[in-house]
Amino acid sequence: MGQYLLARLMSALLATLGVLLLVFFLIHLVPGDPVDVMLGESARPADRSALRTSLGLDQTLPRQLGDYFGGLVRLDLGQSLHSRQAVSELLAQRIPATLQLALAALLVAVLVALPLGILAAMKRGQGWDWGAMGFSMLGAAIPNFWLGPLLIMLFSLGLGWTPVSGREGLSSLILPALTLGTSLAAILARMVRSSLLEVLGEDFVRTARAKGLSEWRVVWHHAMRNAWLPVLTLIGLQLGALLGGAVVTEVVFDWPGIGSLMIDSIQQRDYPVVQGCVLLISLTYVTVNTLTDLAYAWADPRIRLNG
Amino acid sequence: MADLTRRWLPLMPILVWALAALSADIVTEQAGRIQLQHILDPPGVETLLGYDDLGRSVLSRLWSGARISFVVALGVVTLSLLVGTVLGLVAGYRGGWLDLVLMRIVDVFLAFPGILLAIALAGVMGPGIDNLIIALSAVGWVGYARLARGQVLALKQREHVTAARALGTPGWRILGWHILPMLAAPLIVEATFGLAGTVIAEAGLSYLGLGVQPPQASWGSMIRDGAGYMLMAPHMVLAPGIAIMLVVLSLNLIGDRLRDWLDHRI
Repeated sequence: MGQYLLARLMSALLATLGVLLLVFFLIHLVPGDPVDVMLGESARPADRSALRTSLGLDQTLPRQLGDYFGGLVRLDLGQSLHSRQAVSELLAQRIPATLQLALAALLVAVLVALPLGILAAMKRGQGWDWGAMGFSMLGAAIPNFWLGPLLIMLFSLGLGWTPVSGREGLSSLILPALTLGTSLAAILARMVRSSLLEVLGEDFVRTARAKGLSEWRVVWHHAMRNAWLPVLTLIGLQLGALLGGAVVTEVVFDWPGIGSLMIDSIQQRDYPVVQGCVLLISLTYVTVNTLTDLAYAWADPRIRLNG
Repeated sequence: MADLTRRWLPLMPILVWALAALSADIVTEQAGRIQLQHILDPPGVETLLGYDDLGRSVLSRLWSGARISFVVALGVVTLSLLVGTVLGLVAGYRGGWLDLVLMRIVDVFLAFPGILLAIALAGVMGPGIDNLIIALSAVGWVGYARLARGQVLALKQREHVTAARALGTPGWRILGWHILPMLAAPLIVEATFGLAGTVIAEAGLSYLGLGVQPPQASWGSMIRDGAGYMLMAPHMVLAPGIAIMLVVLSLNLIGDRLRDWLDHRI
């Protein structure tokens, strides 16, 4: 375990370092002079040189890089050009909303996909199976920036059940969570089905059935227990898509999270904030992925022994 | 007959999409023409798919948006496939430090969740179709590189490759003639799903205002424009969404079918 732990942590560390570097170079991808882009070409020379100094763009590249990493150590991500607030502060204000949305979407996905996938596997080739797989195909093809407006049209404007946008109370969370959770639910239902079908063909399932256990008990206590690993792996892998999709979903519902902060900042050309958002989301993703991997290795010795 | 429908139905939306993209010049002028007397007109026999908030025909905008979606999808997948395959082939075949370095770079790109890196790149580089293609390809190549490398690692142990090497065939020729053809099947399947993913990604970036700029039409920006008129003119949101869904659904179905079909052959 020790060796696996070390190797896994090392590769996570390297990925983190790469993310930090890429985010640093993001501002150098701005076409032309970033200062021109941010302030417009008609800005006063004094303002321009002030911004250049505050962004450190008047320094040499190695010096800029040094300052950047020095700042990271102190959790100093710079200052918003728009509101003059510290980027770390802005991010901290937005974290709870994004976290709430992502967890709610994950919950929606699991609550929909588990019963659907299990039912599809138990009733293979029948109506339920077709229905579940049809939902899965459809769910994967509906983009969340379309599903969101559709749900708003139906439940907010049509039936008046939920607010159109914003984040006030639990009812405002329902539609964003459904929107973000649907595509994950679609992929997950498919995975639960195929993973369960594989296990259902095994000898121990036949033994359980031969003991006269109810079909439900066979599936839930015997088969599903062995089908979890691929399902959990998929959830871990899809978490990235969830975090990325959260950006779009937040914009659709005007949800005050990291994603809408990022898009607002892109529109205001507030690059330090954009960098901060990308950094936070990616580092969260790397951390969660590493932890999931380690959890599997702990749960299943085959993984850590085979590397 | 039922079998024939089932087999060919998924190809229909793709065909319409491609034909619309190729013929979009016919409607370029129409898509931009503002007819004030038609503002927010609902779909009907004479108005076809209706008109938007500026009095532009939704059908012509859908038609002209097909070109953006098609060009971006094709451009991104071609570019990603080319770069990813070449890098994956060389890394897998040569091994050693080259492989090590490339795989670490792949890890870094995989550390950015989903579409996030594309949003950041497109946002920083500025709008426009070229930047859109670059941003999405920067994210897209990684999958093909991983796939190609993994396959090469397995394929280079095969006997026909060993035989070719023993005969003194140069490395590039082994890669091109003896390994690449066997890689084609999984790469084509991956590329089909890649097209579907890119259609959604392009529309998503355009929805966020990071794609093509107004007055040019994109399916994504049409949905955003329509979001403000959902009570008065739901067709503004419905039409582009259905178009995206049909194209993506069909591409995914074709990808599934290709995978099954090619699996049987191998």
